[in-house]
Amino acid sequence: MTNSIISGIVATFDRDNIDTDQIIPTEYLKSIKKFGFGDFLFDGWRYLDEGRLDMTSEDRSKNYDFILNKEPFANAQILLTRDNFGCGSSREHAVWALRDFGFKAVIASSFGDIFYNNCFKNSVLPIKLTKEEISHLFKIADSSPVRFKIDLVKKVVNYDHDSSFSFDVKESLLDRIIHNLDDVDITLKNKNQIEAYELSRRRHRPWLFDYSN
Amino acid sequence: MPDTLYDKLWDEHLVQNDDRNESLIYIDRHYLHEVTSPQAFEGLRHKQLKPWRLDANVATPDHNVPTDRGNQFEAESIKDEVSKIQVVELDKNCKNFGIHQFDITSNKQGIVHVMGPELGYTLPGMTIVCGDSHTSTHGAFGCLAMGIGTSEVEHVLATQCLKITKLKNMQVNFSGQLQTGVTSKDIVLHLIKLIGTAGGTGHAIEFSGSYTASASMESRMTICNMAIEAGAKVGLIGVDSTTIDYVKKHSNLSNSMFDEASKYWKTLHSDTDAIFDKTINIDVSKIKPQVTWGTSPEMTIDFDAEIPSQDSIAEENLENLLLAKAYMGLDESQTLQDLSFDKIFIGSCTNSRIEDLRDAANAVKGKKISKDITEAIVVPGSGMVKAQAEQEGLDKIFIDAGFLWRDPGCSMCLGMNPDQLKPYERCASTSNRNFEGRQGNLGRTHLMSPVMAALTAINGKITDPS
Repeated sequence: MTNSIISGIVATFDRDNIDTDQIIPTEYLKSIKKFGFGDFLFDGWRYLDEGRLDMTSEDRSKNYDFILNKEPFANAQILLTRDNFGCGSSREHAVWALRDFGFKAVIASSFGDIFYNNCFKNSVLPIKLTKEEISHLFKIADSSPVRFKIDLVKKVVNYDHDSSFSFDVKESLLDRIIHNLDDVDITLKNKNQIEAYELSRRRHRPWLFDYSN
Repeated sequence: MPDTLYDKLWDEHLVQNDDRNESLIYIDRHYLHEVTSPQAFEGLRHKQLKPWRLDANVATPDHNVPTDRGNQFEAESIKDEVSKIQVVELDKNCKNFGIHQFDITSNKQGIVHVMGPELGYTLPGMTIVCGDSHTSTHGAFGCLAMGIGTSEVEHVLATQCLKITKLKNMQVNFSGQLQTGVTSKDIVLHLIKLIGTAGGTGHAIEFSGSYTASASMESRMTICNMAIEAGAKVGLIGVDSTTIDYVKKHSNLSNSMFDEASKYWKTLHSDTDAIFDKTINIDVSKIKPQVTWGTSPEMTIDFDAEIPSQDSIAEENLENLLLAKAYMGLDESQTLQDLSFDKIFIGSCTNSRIEDLRDAANAVKGKKISKDITEAIVVPGSGMVKAQAEQEGLDKIFIDAGFLWRDPGCSMCLGMNPDQLKPYERCASTSNRNFEGRQGNLGRTHLMSPVMAALTAINGKITDPS
């Protein structure tokens, strides 16, 4: 299975430094599951009441001023924001919440490093564009709801019929999303190298293997 | 070619460079806690894999644990059902997979980044990871330490490696001596104010200079801990005699092993002519106590400075400023000194070590907390810090002043356990993040040093420590 095109409605968040505590508040990190976080995405902004893990979106008092509570953005697949998106806590739950809500891509001028890495493990594509390009996209997306089309192979964001911005991303990371690859499977192909390294390390740095609890 | 410390650590741990610029890096130490590990263990079970190397892993519960546990407390005693499931799940996973855990009943349990170094699990030159962004703390020991996501926790458990790309090198030179009442927390908050929360993104920050060299391991850990708040997932400091003395005291290596290791450890510093992609020089003697006013750690000012106003700020930052002021309940004309505080939190992986507790105790000794403060809590970072503080009589000083003396845990740094702010409560906090809702829904956080938080407890307001 390959995923080479992302096409969908764009939701905009005109704000810098959206941290992972905003993407998913700590309360929902108590889950021991890897799915089911979509209802808690941007919880503090999306709802007027305080939630719990056993609640769904239906049980909550919604903030109808918030973009994801407005049509057609409840079905948005692309998130457009400003600088340093996903900074702060390492919680992968932030990506799980975006994924479970339905987001396939986030476009920003920069990302928190840990968040950026986490995205590729969960088929959410983080796209870095320049601040100028981001401002241009905001002008287009803010006037009326729009759809962008992202081509993962050509590495372009089509924001109009004939207009696009190209983006840069490591091929190996992109491959994980296009071909839905699992990192553990890839790495274990190098099992012998890891064993050889470990053996040499044990010889040269023995104190690292000498610790008794 | 001269190397930076980060370059040396990278080369030392390189298992394989693939042709597309991603590398396999060997991981020496993996810390685990209850929040970011359950899904990783589930992944192992699903793939029918065992941990690659059991003795590289150490676990403890910290985020969810109540801090008023007292004696005879066990995981099953946690009242919040969902928190309990997570702590019990860690117990089960550690037992089933054979991972060493300091569980909730252990007198050594603590915040993982406080507990690890003091039990000697953090040794210079290690690569250290944990599903927690404040893993950068361990960089204070000349380690390459960073926070990772849960998929990477699973990957490290299964392969003992991390698949990552190399960061750039940034150097932050802290020179000079601190003014009275100024601490390492103020230094790192000042840096974040200067370069912003994305200032270190994509970089490993090495802290150096005469101030850093004179700083204790506790202070160094506070600085490296908050590298992530400057955007850098890696913060680190070269090994010197301060590092080695600390490790000597805390590790249980045999003398001969320690001597052999310390020969290597002494090489763990940047070469004299090493080239950094970015260098920042800061004279710490000019730094005043720092306090955050807003909802991002970069929204920091000198404790006696004006809070930025609509007129003083660039238009592109106006939206961020207005949102933060509205959330924090700040009027246009207010200063930090005008604000009345409700709660005081002294703790977290940033500031819950013995030195922090001594600083705070010193500031409150013989005084009483303000009647306006509804709750003031001191939460030692680990069982060992707690025992040491009690031996020094610090607990008594805090209790006499009106503070609550608690059991180790992440506590009010984040709203996962019973220690939380109620909506609109204002808190003087020694933690690391003043994000919206971080300490509880609609709570208002002002980050500062243990000295400043202790003085705020006494006066009910931000005051001059000098």
